[in-house]
Amino acid sequence: MPFRLEPRKTPSHAALYGGPVAAILLTMLTGAAIFAAMGFHGGAAVFQIFVQPLLEPERWPDIAVKASPLVMIATGLAIGFRANVWNIGAEGQYIVGAIAGTGVGLAFHETDGWWVLPLMLAAGVLGGAVWAAIPALLRIRLKVSEILTSLMLTYVAVQLLYYLVRGPWRDPEGFNFPQTRMFTEAETVPNLLEGTQLHWGAPLTLICVIVAWFVMSRMLAGYQVRVVGLAPAAARLAGFSENRTVLVTMLVGGALAGLAGIIECSATFGQLTPQFPLNYGFTAIIVAFLGRLHPIGVLIGGLVLAASFIGADIAQTASGLPQAATGLIQALMLFFLLAVDILVNNRMRFITPLARAS
Amino acid sequence: MLISIVMTLVIAATPILLAGLGELIAEKSGVLNLGVEGMMLVGAVAGFIATTLTGVTPLGYVVAALAGLAASLLFAALTLTLGANQVATGLALTIFGTGLSSLAGAGFVGTTITRLEPFFPAALATHPLGRLVFGYDVIVYLTIGLTLAAAHFLNHTRSGLILRGVGESDASAHAIGYPVTAIRYGAVAFGGAMAGLAGAYYSLAVTPMWADRITAGRGWIALALVVFSAWRPWRLLLGAYIFGAVMTLELYSKAAGFALLPPEMLAMLPYLATVAALAVIALRPSRGRLDAPRCLGKTFQAGA
Repeated sequence: MPFRLEPRKTPSHAALYGGPVAAILLTMLTGAAIFAAMGFHGGAAVFQIFVQPLLEPERWPDIAVKASPLVMIATGLAIGFRANVWNIGAEGQYIVGAIAGTGVGLAFHETDGWWVLPLMLAAGVLGGAVWAAIPALLRIRLKVSEILTSLMLTYVAVQLLYYLVRGPWRDPEGFNFPQTRMFTEAETVPNLLEGTQLHWGAPLTLICVIVAWFVMSRMLAGYQVRVVGLAPAAARLAGFSENRTVLVTMLVGGALAGLAGIIECSATFGQLTPQFPLNYGFTAIIVAFLGRLHPIGVLIGGLVLAASFIGADIAQTASGLPQAATGLIQALMLFFLLAVDILVNNRMRFITPLARAS
Repeated sequence: MLISIVMTLVIAATPILLAGLGELIAEKSGVLNLGVEGMMLVGAVAGFIATTLTGVTPLGYVVAALAGLAASLLFAALTLTLGANQVATGLALTIFGTGLSSLAGAGFVGTTITRLEPFFPAALATHPLGRLVFGYDVIVYLTIGLTLAAAHFLNHTRSGLILRGVGESDASAHAIGYPVTAIRYGAVAFGGAMAGLAGAYYSLAVTPMWADRITAGRGWIALALVVFSAWRPWRLLLGAYIFGAVMTLELYSKAAGFALLPPEMLAMLPYLATVAALAVIALRPSRGRLDAPRCLGKTFQAGA
């Protein structure tokens, strides 16, 4: 049916809050249809992915553990996206953060001072920020698109990780496996809840979200970022520097990705291995959009995606659904969200033959 | 030895040239589709499955092009009809294509198929130098032919001028009466078909068997190549062969146990080369971003 989009004068609140819910429902329906077409029990698989994890309280800590890196990375990315800074290489910054932090851990392997872990986290922040500074500087100085450079550097980071764990950083007592030696207790992010995987990364992520929310909505710096993104010309007139915004938002995005990287490496992996890159940096882009580039939204979006990850594990054992189904579900969710998003600022008007004639 | 190195180079350059060419046309019309990698994977898996089931390799390429086209229409519907953000939608398309291809290809991992025969009669390729020119399958020649055709189309035809006009100023093109959205649909669809073919070249020619994520990020290299070419088909051709050379160097030095650099460092080379190339291009006086179509990545809504 032909239709026309008419801009709304004020954004629709129903679409703003109902949109993500509608997107998730549409994803569930489409996902069920696709899985059924592939010979799985579609309804059961979708139930296992989206609902089952919420029904099992013993899985909630797992959801929080899974959500922490996603939310932390996405919080930083969302700030950049608001300013039209398209850092899509968070995966690389996440990896380099883990590499830098691990480097500190290995350097102080013999000591077990309380300061080792904070130093590792600081190195992670710095590593991620440095990796993000390269595309930022290339954009500021040479006007090279940060989209491509940040992404290319992700592949470089992956190879750097492979090189280090197979070569100079390989555990001398590790039977030749390509991995670093295990972190000592002084190098491990402490556990938060006995008997679960929950660690201090989760509350740290919450703090990042709250700080980001405060800066973005209550401080001049956040306002500048939003103006640069929405109205570059107005930002120039107001004297807000676009270059500084690009640099700062990229560095913040890289720093948070790096911090997430070293926390994940220390708390969940306990060492650096070639299996470390799990595409969290890419998934975080979906989280940022699911959360409408708002820190609180990102937190909710991250929890939803993390739950679907845990749910996909359940569906894998219960219904034999392959791991790749997760990516499909996540992409569908983003597609539907982008589609329904249009209704926030536009009204859909169907064109009847009569109206067309007039 | 040298002959086979050059031939590997040509084969490495072909898919990134194909995908880059499709993206170049789409970008010339003002649409930035970051889903190249996803469309390539969709094409790669569709082409591979079609070839496995029918045993007819050419049919595999046709199915791959159609699959890539279908994937690009999904992108077009979201960005052109519904006005969604092109960067986000393109990324979603890549994630979608990656997931779909590994899901659909799961049952085919390790299955092998037969490659296309060389296009020219074997008699022409008996001498090594003859093989260098005549020893490839039809896709290699098709790709070069399409690049020349695209150069002619963009610079010497009326339709090419209109396409460029739409990319430079959508509002003016619309005011004159050109169907901006329809033209962009066409350009995006061409890009999708080319990406599908490019993906199938990996699964049907480069490594004629199915492996998960078989394109290994080359779709992103194709995107970089378009920027590297400053949106000119001739330079795209040159760039693809330069990148093909870098990738071939990596491959051969690995095979020869060449110990100058660790293998991981060599694997970094194409990506570092892309970053370096983008920086060098931008250093040219008074050029750089000025070459990009003015409306690249911007949403256009008629009557809005």
